[in-house]
Amino acid sequence: MQILIYILKRILQTIPLLIIVSLISFFIIRLSPVDPLAELKLNPSVSKETLQRETERLGLDKPIIVQYGKWAKSFVKGDLGITSNGEQVSAKLKERIPNTLLLTVIVIFLTWIVGVPLGILAAVKWKTPFDRILTVLTSIGMAIPSFFFAVLLLIFAVKTGWFPVGGLTSSNFLEMSFSQKVMDITRHLILPVTVLFTISLAGLQRQMRANLLDVLDSDYVKFARAKGLSEFKVVFKHALRNAINPMITLLGFEFAGLLSGAALTEYVFQYPGLGRLILEAVLRSDINLVMASLMMGAIMLVAGNLIADILLIITDPRIREAGGRQA
Amino acid sequence: MIREVFKQLMKDKFAKAALIVLGIIYLALFFADFLAPYTKDFSDRTMAYVPPSKIFTIDENGKFSKPYTYNYKREFDPDELRIIYKLDRSRKHYIKFFAQGQPYKFLGIIPMKRHLVTTDNDGRLFLLGADINGRDVFSRLLFGGRISMTIGFLALFVLFPIGLLYGGIAGYFGGKVDVIMMRFAEAVMSIPSFYLLIILASILPSGMTSVQRFMLIVIILALIGWAGFARVVRGMVLSVKNQEFVQAAKSIGASRLRIIVKHILPQTTSFVIVAMTLSVPSYILSESGLSFLGLGIQQPDASWGNMLKEAQEYTNIIYRPWLLTPGFLIFVAVLAFNLIGDTIRDVLDPKSKVR
Repeated sequence: MQILIYILKRILQTIPLLIIVSLISFFIIRLSPVDPLAELKLNPSVSKETLQRETERLGLDKPIIVQYGKWAKSFVKGDLGITSNGEQVSAKLKERIPNTLLLTVIVIFLTWIVGVPLGILAAVKWKTPFDRILTVLTSIGMAIPSFFFAVLLLIFAVKTGWFPVGGLTSSNFLEMSFSQKVMDITRHLILPVTVLFTISLAGLQRQMRANLLDVLDSDYVKFARAKGLSEFKVVFKHALRNAINPMITLLGFEFAGLLSGAALTEYVFQYPGLGRLILEAVLRSDINLVMASLMMGAIMLVAGNLIADILLIITDPRIREAGGRQA
Repeated sequence: MIREVFKQLMKDKFAKAALIVLGIIYLALFFADFLAPYTKDFSDRTMAYVPPSKIFTIDENGKFSKPYTYNYKREFDPDELRIIYKLDRSRKHYIKFFAQGQPYKFLGIIPMKRHLVTTDNDGRLFLLGADINGRDVFSRLLFGGRISMTIGFLALFVLFPIGLLYGGIAGYFGGKVDVIMMRFAEAVMSIPSFYLLIILASILPSGMTSVQRFMLIVIILALIGWAGFARVVRGMVLSVKNQEFVQAAKSIGASRLRIIVKHILPQTTSFVIVAMTLSVPSYILSESGLSFLGLGIQQPDASWGNMLKEAQEYTNIIYRPWLLTPGFLIFVAVLAFNLIGDTIRDVLDPKSKVR
């Protein structure tokens, strides 16, 4: 019961947070010297009525605080306006967000499956050549600029022809059977996933290693060893449970980092995700689209942190008892 | 403390190598005008995309000769339907050391003409090939590095005082001030940083001088990172603010700002040093990413990121791999900073065992 109340509280806390986020984003975008409807006005296929409607919807003739009120009201209602091509912003987001989520979720899953065991191994074999080599490798992984790595992989893809270049689906995607579709998407995902995986693996592995080393140094582990427990039991039964908790907090951060890192990778691979959408929107100064995707990015990030926090309550009894104070 | 850190850095093989590499890079950037055969803006349109100059030391008779190079000729290959580059063997261009070349101002003040290596006026010595405008990639790497390798440091010098003061005030005052300030910081952190970065960069008005643009990008980079830093500082302030030395300062009537700046914030010094060295690389990466997208440093100025912009085209990366060199330099610089940062953390924060 207490847990439920805490979770509920935690969810309610995100609302003021998102309001402040929207205020910040709104003012940054509106205070720029760009006319929000400039592109729309230049587009001959957009009618005068649509323009008029957009001006009214955004309240462009009114002071900025009223504009924000209008924007917030329609945002809550789910009306995000139209892009400079005259498309619905919400439709565009619906198409892109699942793609970015797919990419990030796969990357997080893979980094955890590989990074956590590697971190444990490095900690257990602390200061052995194995540990040193891993440290060197992760240093290298951390230092490669994501977009540069993506470009290198593109060369590789073009030269070998093993991987499709760009996009998420092939042109004949609609004619494929279900299993072919899955295969097709997988083949398109391999390169972007490789880039993001390489970059985020290093941080996760190092964190896991550091956590476990910290725990292995603690008194209760020394006691467990003194009791004559096997090293395997000491590590996996006693130390690991405590070392893994901080990793869950990291999950939220990792999600945030991936959203940012994905933008450049999506751009290079022409992957139809949220990052590329916002980039294109920014380059075209498509204000409605920028504002909406910025908010969506923030909502995803906040939701990621929320999930991490809730997971932490479930796994860590200390936080549960403190009523979530430590989180 | 600094001596201790330095001693440890020299003891660690990797950190020592990293220090040497960075030392060489920064020295080269400092003397860029002299080391580069050409100035930043020198361009020869007839030489667009020529491959790196070949340097010969043995002449056609098989005898040793002073090093010389040939210019490239562009020819259209009707079979492959693309432009190919052939050596124009009709004229040798000898490589000259410490000779007169393009005029420049050393360190921006002293007018000079001598370059470390150059060739005669009609010859083109493009050690790493040329870009689309026929500009020397090697020279631009040096000038671009000046921007790429300093912008991160400058951003940190803007960001850290802000973060320190913000976190210090929030932590020391506590209560409502703390809640409001931290909510705001959390909100800034809730916007995916790269999204914020590109939006801030995109609202920069066009038609600025390159110095203005450079300064604004520094400020934008600083605006991204201060919040996370302020939050950590606040946590540290919370843990020391009730200690005796703070109460002592209070009892002799020191002002609150004085207590924060003079007594509490110095407690965070080693954390600040560690955080700074560890965050330099991320700012180098942010700047290069931004410029890669065309939102950062603009042509004709060079930065490693905007030089890589040309690598976005397939034809470039396959037929003109020399255009990728800035990417390797970013990689080397970031790796070196990371290795040094890790070692400094080990020294100043012995509890952490990330390495």
